[in-house]
Amino acid sequence: MITVRGLYKKFGKLEALSNLYLDFEKGKSYAVIGPNGSGKTTLIKSILGLVIPDTGQLQCEGTSILNHWHYREKIGYMPQFATFPNHLKVGQLMEMMKDLRPGHYVLDEELIQAYQLSDISNKRFYTLSGGTRQKVSAALAFLFSPPILILDEPTAGLDPYAVEILKSKILNERTSEKLFMITSHIMSELEELTSEVAYLESGKLRYAGSIEDLKSSTRQARLGKAIVAMLQGQTEGTTA
Amino acid sequence: MIRVGKHIVQDLMRNRFILAYTGLLLILSVSMFSLDSDPGKATLSLLNLVLMVVPLVSIIFTTIYFFNSYEFIELLLSQPINRKVVFFSEVVSLSAALGMAFMIGVGLPLLILNPGGATGYMILAGLLLTWVFVSLAFVAALSTRDKAKGIGLTLLFWFYFELIYDGFLLYIIYAFSDYPLEKVTLTLTALNPVDLARILILLKLDISALMGYTGAFYQNFFGSSQGVLVVGVLLILWAVAPVLLAWRKFSRKDI
Repeated sequence: MITVRGLYKKFGKLEALSNLYLDFEKGKSYAVIGPNGSGKTTLIKSILGLVIPDTGQLQCEGTSILNHWHYREKIGYMPQFATFPNHLKVGQLMEMMKDLRPGHYVLDEELIQAYQLSDISNKRFYTLSGGTRQKVSAALAFLFSPPILILDEPTAGLDPYAVEILKSKILNERTSEKLFMITSHIMSELEELTSEVAYLESGKLRYAGSIEDLKSSTRQARLGKAIVAMLQGQTEGTTA
Repeated sequence: MIRVGKHIVQDLMRNRFILAYTGLLLILSVSMFSLDSDPGKATLSLLNLVLMVVPLVSIIFTTIYFFNSYEFIELLLSQPINRKVVFFSEVVSLSAALGMAFMIGVGLPLLILNPGGATGYMILAGLLLTWVFVSLAFVAALSTRDKAKGIGLTLLFWFYFELIYDGFLLYIIYAFSDYPLEKVTLTLTALNPVDLARILILLKLDISALMGYTGAFYQNFFGSSQGVLVVGVLLILWAVAPVLLAWRKFSRKDI
């Protein structure tokens, strides 16, 4: 569904993404992991067209996304830091988003109900806590029932109860028609939510494949341990 | 475009600054007319308002607004909306809102209290100057990610066009006073939108006789309808060119 071909992006002298090749397929759920500053958010923002890559091809369902915008109808995005116009009310934002995305959508208001966002629809964003904003952001990502969901550290800042709601929502939505792309630093959570993993380091891809394969090849039971074992194996392999 | 513009205008109206600006202009223009019994003199006093305050407010407000609506822009750009539409909606909405404030605050009192004379040119010049400085503000705001630097840059633009440039011009005229400089100064004024607007209004205020030979030369050029057309086109160019430059920056910007 989304193909990344030779993606390259430099911020000043820093290579954020260096010649990245990746495929994201429909019906699968991907964990994008890596240390801080490894290029996860830059990759996601490139797919959304927020960051303009220096070179390389990005395609969504076979057509290039560079300088295009229609493809974003298919994407629900939850950014790492939920920022909204401060003086806007929650209800006003919801109405505005519906107005800005005209067309026939099946509106999915499950998260709005689960998080009881209609109770705070008269509150302005500057009065909301970071976690509440994150809830609004999650509800907005799912609102238009998009086939592609890109969640950048979705559970960071949410309370445990809200995390469980979001997790069960993601698991319920994981159908053969949808593509999930999730970044997180919590391995146990990714193990629950995703089936595939892409590991980035300094803008380069170190591993891409299914979580099960990674676990069996490293003979580890947990994803976190498997990643560490894989990285150690790779460095031993190169030094030997 | 209309859909996005509508939300930006709504956002601008919630801001209340535009409302306060309109009120301030209105109070200033009405009080100038009530202080002076001669409407011609009052119009002359308004000239400084149009040439100094209007550009200053336009450029600073636009820059601050752009930096403050960064979250809004980011939100819009992650939706299925064209980057071009987002950018030009911002430009058009801000130009429309500030232009409207000028029309109500200065244009309306002028039309009522001093119809005819230089009024038409004053309104034309004020509107075009508003748009020129709005578009310069976009260049400044897109030249840096830092809000303080951006505002600093807008102030620099303002000082350059209001004071520094005229200083250069005077120096050139003084240094080369032995040579016929009419055509040179005419060309040089075209490089400053504020000077263009000033000359356009002054020549209609019947005080060009005080400006000597150069004044007569200007009168000859700008006094004709052809000259007015040239000034109008130059001012429109001054409003359009920076917007296009800003769009180049915005289209490649990493949000």
